Amino acid sequence: MPSEEELYQDHVLDHYEDPFHRGTLPTATHAHEDKNPLCGDVVRIELELDDAGKIVDAFFSGEGCVISQASASMLLEKVQGKTINEVKDFSAAEMLELYGPRLTPNRQKCCLLSWKVLQSAVHSPVGGAEKL
Amino acid sequence: MSTLTAIDEAALLPAALREDFPILNGDVLDGHPLVFLDNAASTQRPRQVIDAITRVYERDYANVHRGIHTLSERSTEQYELAREKVRRFINAKEAREIIFTQGTTASINLVARSWGETNLKPGDEILATVMEHHSNLVPWHQVAARTGAVLRHVPLTPDGRLDIAEFQSLLSERTKLVTVASVSNTLGTINPIAEIISAAHRAGALVLVDAAQSVPHLPTDVTTWDVDFLAFSGHKMLGPSGVGVLYGKEKLLDAMPPFLGGGSMINDVWLDSFTPALLPAKFEAGTPPIAPAIAMSAAIEYLENIGLGTIHRHEQVLTQYAYDMLSQVEGLRILGPAPEYRAGLISFAFEKIHAHEFAQVLNDRFGVAVRAGHHCTQPLHKLLGISASTRASFYLYNRPEDVDRLMEGITAVQAMFAPKGRRRRTQ
Repeated sequence: MPSEEELYQDHVLDHYEDPFHRGTLPTATHAHEDKNPLCGDVVRIELELDDAGKIVDAFFSGEGCVISQASASMLLEKVQGKTINEVKDFSAAEMLELYGPRLTPNRQKCCLLSWKVLQSAVHSPVGGAEKL
Repeated sequence: MSTLTAIDEAALLPAALREDFPILNGDVLDGHPLVFLDNAASTQRPRQVIDAITRVYERDYANVHRGIHTLSERSTEQYELAREKVRRFINAKEAREIIFTQGTTASINLVARSWGETNLKPGDEILATVMEHHSNLVPWHQVAARTGAVLRHVPLTPDGRLDIAEFQSLLSERTKLVTVASVSNTLGTINPIAEIISAAHRAGALVLVDAAQSVPHLPTDVTTWDVDFLAFSGHKMLGPSGVGVLYGKEKLLDAMPPFLGGGSMINDVWLDSFTPALLPAKFEAGTPPIAPAIAMSAAIEYLENIGLGTIHRHEQVLTQYAYDMLSQVEGLRILGPAPEYRAGLISFAFEKIHAHEFAQVLNDRFGVAVRAGHHCTQPLHKLLGISASTRASFYLYNRPEDVDRLMEGITAVQAMFAPKGRRRRTQ
């Protein structure tokens, strides 16, 4: 069983307290929001995609535990500037690896919430039909 | 903590009864003694219940109500004896009013599907409360959608009790059923069940009580309460999971159609039709939870030997102590009313720190098991303006020292997640 010292490593708490791009994106072309029905954690991701399918900018908002929010910050930092195809290729296992500390199955759901939201967000244009 | 509450030691149960519970003395958490404060979700089992399960499977097990052979007779006898012990435990008049189900959820669904779909018409009202567990809301959403009945909800007072004046005004000739938890699994509130039942009956409505959180902790008397349906689970009262009870008044159960169809619940079957069995078999289709029901009756014996009133007093001491301690923590919001209106559980929330962090650190560093999340009461959490809370729930084996561990853990979590001006290292 991982101990809380491992779970809440410094870089996790750093992301929690000083997140990458927490907020909203007025120029967003794509967005998605979801929650973890088990615990009520919520993450919303807003993306600005260019015509080539590159993530020009990405912001997240939401509320929940340290793991759900810090992992969203790490994920967006990672995919900023990447293409949709690179996002689609980014697996759940890679997300858990990016987070770092080993997680029990229940806490993996917290970590994978933002990953799931991102995978849907790239297919969810704001106020219109799928363009890409 | 600045002031310490005086603990009424005389009202506490003897600590020695913890010896009956192997898991409390086992090595669950790498060297931490287990502090189990998640009893509202499910309790632990004493040796007496574990032995009852073993005994059935080693000596007496076969399917019930079927065989002529010795083992079938033995298991049938014990299964029906378990039914009789449940009857006595909740003071029902007849053993055939006791239906063994898979648990509280199955019991409520049985009433919703069998009674609800048969009796509810468009415009009829089902009156629930905003503090109900999902298991006493969703079945009624489903029945309302099928029948055109309307689901309404009794609101709360500001301190987290049912607003009885509002309840009275919501009752009308349209109200066909009042369905209410005897104890809230999130707020801990003990609802005035007898008062609710008599008011509902005056309005001509039936009453279902979700007693999952009260039967294990408080005396239950379905005859004095004059309740129509009562549902509870074995696993919240030292028994196994997979077994629960629906109590229903005989004349109501008699008039209801069978819910699940299959073996055991029939009187006669032809290729194109059947006639149902009499109570209680009519509502026990298929092979029932034989060993769980027998072991649940061993749990009932264990609880009766101590006494439900004695158990309640023990939990009141722990709840008062925990409430006083938690009240002194800055930034901590206790959900629900003062201790005098509560059963043995307290949920709380911090504005800045998520419940998951409490549950994780309490577990990993202090060996304390608590529930974190919405406790299957999402509508209630939304009303309270929070998405999750942390819940500590007590039972007969908990001690004041368990509350002390909880408080130590809370202090540690607060220190750990206090803002420290951390900066993310940019990639």
